Amino acid sequence: MYQGRGNLPPIELRSGSPIWTNLFTLYGANIMGERKVRYLSLEEGGYTVLLLVAAIFCLIIAGKTWDQVLAFHTALIALASLAGIFFIFRRYFDGNNNPAPLEINGKPNYNMGPVKFATWASVFWGIAGFSVGVIIASQLAFPALNFDLPWTNFGRLRPLHTSAVIFAFGGNVLIATSFYVVQRTCQARLMGAISPWFVVLGYNLFIVVAGTGYLLGVTQSKEYAEPEWYADLLLTIVWVAYLLTFLGPIWRRKEAHIYVANWFYLAFIVTIAVLHLFNNAAIPVSIYSTKSYIVWGGVQDAMVQWWYGHNAVGFFLTAGFLAIMYYFIPKRAERPVYSYRLSIVHFWALIFLYIWAGPHHLHYTSLPQWAGTLGMTFSIILWMPSWGGMINGLMTLSGAWDKLRTDPVLRMMVVSVAFYGMATFEGPLMSIRAVNGLSHYTDWTIGHVHAGALGWVGYISFGALYCLVPWLYNKSLYSLRLVNWHFWVSTLGIVFYICSMWVSGIMQGLMWRAYDSLGFLEYSFIETVDAMYPFYVMRAFGGLLFLAGALVMVYNLVMTVRAGEAVESEGAGQAALTPAE
Amino acid sequence: MSAWKKHQIFEKNSLILIVGIIIMISIGGLVEIVPLFYLKSTIEKTEGMRPYTPLELVGRNIYVREGCYACHSQQIRPMRDELQRYGNYSLAAESMYDRPFQWGSKRTGPDLARVGGKYSDEWQRDHLIDPRSVSPTSVMPGYPFLMDAKLSPIKIEIENNLKVNALYGVPYTDEQIANANADMMAQAMPDSDAAEGFLERYPEGKYRNVVVRDFDGNPDAITEMDALVAYLQMLGTLVDFSLYDEKANLR
Repeated sequence: MYQGRGNLPPIELRSGSPIWTNLFTLYGANIMGERKVRYLSLEEGGYTVLLLVAAIFCLIIAGKTWDQVLAFHTALIALASLAGIFFIFRRYFDGNNNPAPLEINGKPNYNMGPVKFATWASVFWGIAGFSVGVIIASQLAFPALNFDLPWTNFGRLRPLHTSAVIFAFGGNVLIATSFYVVQRTCQARLMGAISPWFVVLGYNLFIVVAGTGYLLGVTQSKEYAEPEWYADLLLTIVWVAYLLTFLGPIWRRKEAHIYVANWFYLAFIVTIAVLHLFNNAAIPVSIYSTKSYIVWGGVQDAMVQWWYGHNAVGFFLTAGFLAIMYYFIPKRAERPVYSYRLSIVHFWALIFLYIWAGPHHLHYTSLPQWAGTLGMTFSIILWMPSWGGMINGLMTLSGAWDKLRTDPVLRMMVVSVAFYGMATFEGPLMSIRAVNGLSHYTDWTIGHVHAGALGWVGYISFGALYCLVPWLYNKSLYSLRLVNWHFWVSTLGIVFYICSMWVSGIMQGLMWRAYDSLGFLEYSFIETVDAMYPFYVMRAFGGLLFLAGALVMVYNLVMTVRAGEAVESEGAGQAALTPAE
Repeated sequence: MSAWKKHQIFEKNSLILIVGIIIMISIGGLVEIVPLFYLKSTIEKTEGMRPYTPLELVGRNIYVREGCYACHSQQIRPMRDELQRYGNYSLAAESMYDRPFQWGSKRTGPDLARVGGKYSDEWQRDHLIDPRSVSPTSVMPGYPFLMDAKLSPIKIEIENNLKVNALYGVPYTDEQIANANADMMAQAMPDSDAAEGFLERYPEGKYRNVVVRDFDGNPDAITEMDALVAYLQMLGTLVDFSLYDEKANLR
């Protein structure tokens, strides 16, 4: 049996620093009525120093910059850092900073506070992100909705939408589920008391800084990597803490094997770190300016950007959410993962192949053709592991298919895997150079992305939230009927969305290349814009339905906590996670 | 021992698993990205490419700030209809000084890679203020606020902008960097002494299509509209395709 590593003893800060010692012992004496030395753990000390340095650095910038946005953001970060220090010390002086027991009555003592926070944050950002999506979809049909103001025009709201749904909604779902899954599958508590909170709060601070930045005109205008240098720096620090916090339970685990979902979470965390660092390598104009210039220029920047961009899809929106599939579907279906060997092949093939696929975003451009050909080739091969993973997810239900009739939550997750299969078939198709010649620059791409985003990422996340909230609060889900409503309303929304985008995209592509009998271009550009109108209206309606469905979910989840029936905690079904051989 | 058993080393050691992940994800990226930095054929040999003037660079940064890439590409593909609609296909050399690149991925509006010189300054200004005044069914947002936003040298730090670009190898001279601030304003102040100094630092023979005009039609102020129109009016005009040797740059 694998012996998990024990908790590190708190490090004494007393020895090197007499002033600190006196302060703390005296204070301890006052509170406790006896002379008792209390210690600041290494973790508390480390985070205090980090936050203090961040606060000082940010306050200096805030005081000296001419850029109001940078002043606002650095002041915000400084305030958050100081609040962090305040809470660390309040906890210390209240005497609450003893390490939490790793086990209570022989059962692991999980740390679910940060999981709860990230869960509700994802619900909040989901609604925000979907709403902005509906707004910008409407702007394309009714341009008056731009209001001709800097803060509300499409160009600034579009990255707000994409970042809110991918990084804010998706990111919080991933943090919540990864912290939950890694604790449950390792039967071990998250390491540290501050770290998990630093990760969830720091990540959401990053979201606020990035999002308000877009509205105020701070962006790199690199798709899905819009935040400027200082927000990137913040995310880098949070991400390192995320990796270490996630690894904690793995290092303490009582099972010899690391569960397959955790492989996918690890691949997601590690790869996103690599992508983030290289694609955002930039030098700011000065540290008092929000503006920076990226190290890569022109064609090289294009290649690095789409290496990043496609793998944000591959590792953030795929690997991370596949981890959710590998935990929540077996748990909900109470069946083991279909094939252990298939999951091994699935994992390695997926991460190896995905990283090559980026250049298919750059067919027929000034990127040398050999790079595009490589990207296309690997994108097509990628179809295989993608469907391998889909089969592994779907076949997990073998012997439990009847549950689809009675459990709308499971149905939602299964349909999400089906959407995954559809999107990962359409993707390789669109990566073929000749097809891409028609589809690129059109709404077909938008439709494709949303088949994956609404269908796959959205539904697997909703499914996970419907599981997670009852498990976290030891309640039963408030209403399965409402889940049914959510499912059908949003499915109808997705159908409206992707069908309208297929039609408008292909029509747009064909109109651009149409010639009349005399050999002239048949349509001026603005005629192709006019033709989009009905489809833009339909798309906005589809998005509205999807948003309505999500609002039903919010009501259901809130009522679960407030009025749900109390039940025994989740934990009995652990056997279901043993993979079938 | 079967391969499946050997795989247990990854399942039982988190650090070995991480190393395995890093190796697997490194290969594709290295093979596709690194050669672009040393293969000479990546960026074509052309005449005429020059760095952006300070005002154009500021204009480009406004283009970046407003997220224009979300609807406009700057990349013409070598297809009959695009060549006819937009002009010669884009070369890698034409974006060699672009940080970040703005090739875009969506054409809700038309491609802008060669929009320079296609319309008058007045058209560009009117269109940016109210797109539907010149193109009644356009769905583009209006940008009237650009007319009111005066360029703020202290906030823009244009000298530092040029310096960072020079660090990356963009050929700005020391003189151009030192006078960046004056040059930024001078390009929108025709018939001024400053404009003469600007044109001396960006001489006509060496710097194609450098013009001094009051781009926004408002002589009282130098605004973000000046900068953006200056940028749009030089887009795609630098390479002279009557001289470009396509065969020499085949790749």
